[in-house]
Amino acid sequence: MTLSEHPIPLPAADAETVTPKPPLSKKERMQIQRVEMPEQDAILRAANFREVNLGLTEQLAMLEAERCLECPKPYCIDGCPVRVNIPNFIRHLRDGDMAGAAASLLDDNALPCVTGRVCPQETQCEKVCLRAKTGRSVGIGNLERFVADWALANHAGSGASMSQPDALGKTVAIVGSGPAGLTAAKELAKRGYDVTIFEAFHAAGGVLIYGIPEFRLPKDIVQAEVDRLVESGVKIQANAIIGKTYTLPELRAQFDGVFIAVGAGLPVFMNVPGENFKGVYSANEYLTRVNLMGAWNPVSDTPVLHGQRVVVVGGGNVAMDSVRTAKRLGAASATIVYRRGPEELPARAEEAHHAEQEGVIFEYLTAPIEVLGDENRWVTGIRCVRMALGEPDDSGRRRPEPIEGSEFEVPCDMVVVAIGTKSNPLLTATAPELEINKWGYIVTDENGMTSMPGVFAGGDIVRGAATVILAMGDGKRAAMAMHAYLTPPEPAELPTA
Amino acid sequence: MHHVLVNERLSPNVTRLVIDAQRIAEIRQPGQFVIVHLGPGAERIPLTIADGDREAGTISLVIQAIGKSTADLVEVPVGGTIADVAGPLGRPTELPDHGRVLCVGGGVGTAVILPIAQELKHRGVAVTSIIGGRSREWVILEPDLRACGEVITCTDDGSYGRPGFVTEALKDALAEGGIDEVFAVGPVPMMRAVANLTRPLGVKTTVSLNPIMVDGTGMCGGCRVTINGAIKYACVDGPEFDGHAVDFAELVDRLSTYRPFEQFALERRGACSTTAEDAAAVAAAVAAATTPAGAAR
Ligand SMILES: Cc1cc2nc3c(=O)[nH]c(=O)nc-3n(C[C@H](O)[C@H](O)[C@H](O)COP(=O)(O)OP(=O)(O)OC[C@H]3O[C@@H](n4cnc5c(N)ncnc54)[C@H](O)[C@@H]3O)c2cc1C
Ligand SMILES: Cc1cc2nc3c(=O)[nH]c(=O)nc-3n(C[C@H](O)[C@H](O)[C@H](O)COP(=O)(O)OP(=O)(O)OC[C@H]3O[C@@H](n4cnc5c(N)ncnc54)[C@H](O)[C@@H]3O)c2cc1C
Ligand code: SF4
Ligand code: SF4
Ligand code: FES
Repeated sequence: MTLSEHPIPLPAADAETVTPKPPLSKKERMQIQRVEMPEQDAILRAANFREVNLGLTEQLAMLEAERCLECPKPYCIDGCPVRVNIPNFIRHLRDGDMAGAAASLLDDNALPCVTGRVCPQETQCEKVCLRAKTGRSVGIGNLERFVADWALANHAGSGASMSQPDALGKTVAIVGSGPAGLTAAKELAKRGYDVTIFEAFHAAGGVLIYGIPEFRLPKDIVQAEVDRLVESGVKIQANAIIGKTYTLPELRAQFDGVFIAVGAGLPVFMNVPGENFKGVYSANEYLTRVNLMGAWNPVSDTPVLHGQRVVVVGGGNVAMDSVRTAKRLGAASATIVYRRGPEELPARAEEAHHAEQEGVIFEYLTAPIEVLGDENRWVTGIRCVRMALGEPDDSGRRRPEPIEGSEFEVPCDMVVVAIGTKSNPLLTATAPELEINKWGYIVTDENGMTSMPGVFAGGDIVRGAATVILAMGDGKRAAMAMHAYLTPPEPAELPTA
Repeated sequence: MHHVLVNERLSPNVTRLVIDAQRIAEIRQPGQFVIVHLGPGAERIPLTIADGDREAGTISLVIQAIGKSTADLVEVPVGGTIADVAGPLGRPTELPDHGRVLCVGGGVGTAVILPIAQELKHRGVAVTSIIGGRSREWVILEPDLRACGEVITCTDDGSYGRPGFVTEALKDALAEGGIDEVFAVGPVPMMRAVANLTRPLGVKTTVSLNPIMVDGTGMCGGCRVTINGAIKYACVDGPEFDGHAVDFAELVDRLSTYRPFEQFALERRGACSTTAEDAAAVAAAVAAATTPAGAAR
């Protein structure tokens, strides 16, 4: 599917010239109710893979933009990990200057089409928005998505402004094509480096392609971002597994700089009996089959089980994506089993809410203790125990503890384990000089440089499973640091006596 | 993009493809595999690197066409292309430097044994290969293995070499004594039978496991196998393991996960094109196979 065939009409450039409106008073702005994101009906969407959120119309976006108070001290910017100049792009949008809004946004954020859709806004920019104090925050994420989609549909802010690739005659290798790698590639290409991305899979995008499903982040959007990078001169070498096809020391020898952004891709299992029965998937496997390999489409060569009663273990975005995917593949019942309560759900609020609307059942304060199977070792159910929240643990969250005698069974024919991921030792095992911590994550200094000079790292392989925007922030910071390292600024010319 | 340079039929359902893959040819070691992906919509297929030519920058794959994806692959003609070849993956075989080794290959497993036998010969280890097939035409790679040492061929129907299974020949060879190590690759029941023969004798036995894989890099856990009671990922911890420690029953069981899908895929392939009606038919068939009575049985 190309962008032009996208089922949801993307906002197009307005041909008419915009007549400036008289500015609203602060009081008038305060009276505008937050614009709700139009979405597909819950019953319909639970049976298709099209995007749930339909996007704001230009009119709605401009109305929501009016709600921003243009605070002299915009807290919202402090809430954004990459410090998007939020009031600035919103002001352009409010004035109907889409190109100006796009230019402003793209200057701060390399993948706004993505972050506008997947950022946990309610814990970041929108949490600290002044308007959240007295009511509902400005819909920053929704506006970001609108402007970003406009830019994509109108080819605004594409590679044109980039300097010639290789203008500096210096080469950079980027390992991994997730948000961290893509952002670093864009920043470095912009500064004139000859950039090559090495990606283990046959397609670029990292979690954006294989993990987050189509109904939340359409793949043609990610592809368009990747295409833009390629147009700007970035080379992508797919099927290149660093640690196997090439080692890190080999890359280090061939390139002036290296940025490692391989994510935290190793699935964690529950370590309970029955986990190898047929019908038990890691979320990684389940989502990769469905998203990357296209198994949601029955004519794809890669199969995936269509569970009728599906249990997903976990409470994060990965768990929500898995359970909603199962619904869309025809599950009559789809249940989340999560060991803490609804307040502790790590998923974006919108995803948990959408999942609920789509009929997902939530078993809170519940932990699995055994997967049950029949004589042919097909899953028939999952044995769980109820939990109570005890003393706070290291993370400050109250530790769930099993309640004795509360065991019960949930019948099911498929289980998806979405309880987290760990670092994959494939790359680090071939680079003994690279310092890693006790969990296998790469250690960096405040600029993102590792213990190997000229080798930087960022994203989930440094932080542990985190977010898209933090990975992008790392990519940007490492790119700047690498630029300073590889092309130190010329010493200012001394005034001649 | 990789080009098919040779497409040669070795037995009624086994084909050898030689493809260009410069980097993999340079660094591959015995026991390693690649993941091949024909193009959009295709499956990722793990295949052992059976041989390679460093100078020419080519590798050879020996493929048994048992399902839709392998059937598609062996039909790529000379000059045709394969979109993606990723690797080399997996741990290289741990090989001894001296002694006497038996290499047992069943069916297409013979192709996995070949690079091992070649390297053993290179190291000066005495190699005897025991290979087998249903009948004469199913025995593959005999001349290549002969270049590495003695070869005992077996056919189930006795049409060539020794009549009977390779395990019969193995039993005799073990009875003669002096065997330091055994490498066995073939259908799971064969590898299990070999491990059962060598276990009481305490002869070290390495087998190569072929669980279902997706990424081949440790990221999905789909290839998990149980070794000595612990979960291992065959793609990164293997694919070779101590045959005496493998839970073969679980492997056989997990390999059957997608059986109905595989049958539909093959039938659909017979129908040639993938029209909308096809898609609907497959969807209906899949739904029928996954009724509440139990998933995909
Ligand atoms: C299902 C799911 C849903 C999520 N939802 C959200 C959300 O709504 N909002 C949010 O902010 N975050 C979400 N996250 C988390 C977010 O996606 C990650 O934090 C982010 O993608 C990390 O980016 P990264 O660039 O570090 O790594 P990744 O996106 O993981 O990309 C790493 C890339 O490196 C490649 N690679 C790995 N090893 C090698 C190697 N040895 N050689 C070459 N290439 C290699 C991988 O194939 C992959 O393409 C979600 C994650 C998942 C799995
Ligand atoms: C490390 C490794 C090395 C291998 N080397 C060779 C080789 O050198 N030559 C060879 O002919 N075969 C080899 N195989 C097996 C080969 O990958 C499968 O036969 C092939 O994927 C089947 O695909 P299909 O669509 O043609 O068949 P299907 O009809 O899909 O399946 C037939 C059988 O193959 C198995 N299978 C299906 N999908 C996969 C998958 N993605 N990964 C692994 N097994 C699967 C299933 O058990 C199934 O019963 C190897 C497998 C592994 C894991
Ligand atoms: S990038 Fe994320 S946190 Fe920053 S402004 Fe956009 S939606 Fe908010
Ligand atoms: S804090 Fe809220 S109201 Fe203030 S500038 Fe930011 S988005 Fe606008
Ligand atoms: S194939 Fe995915 S972990 Fe081994």
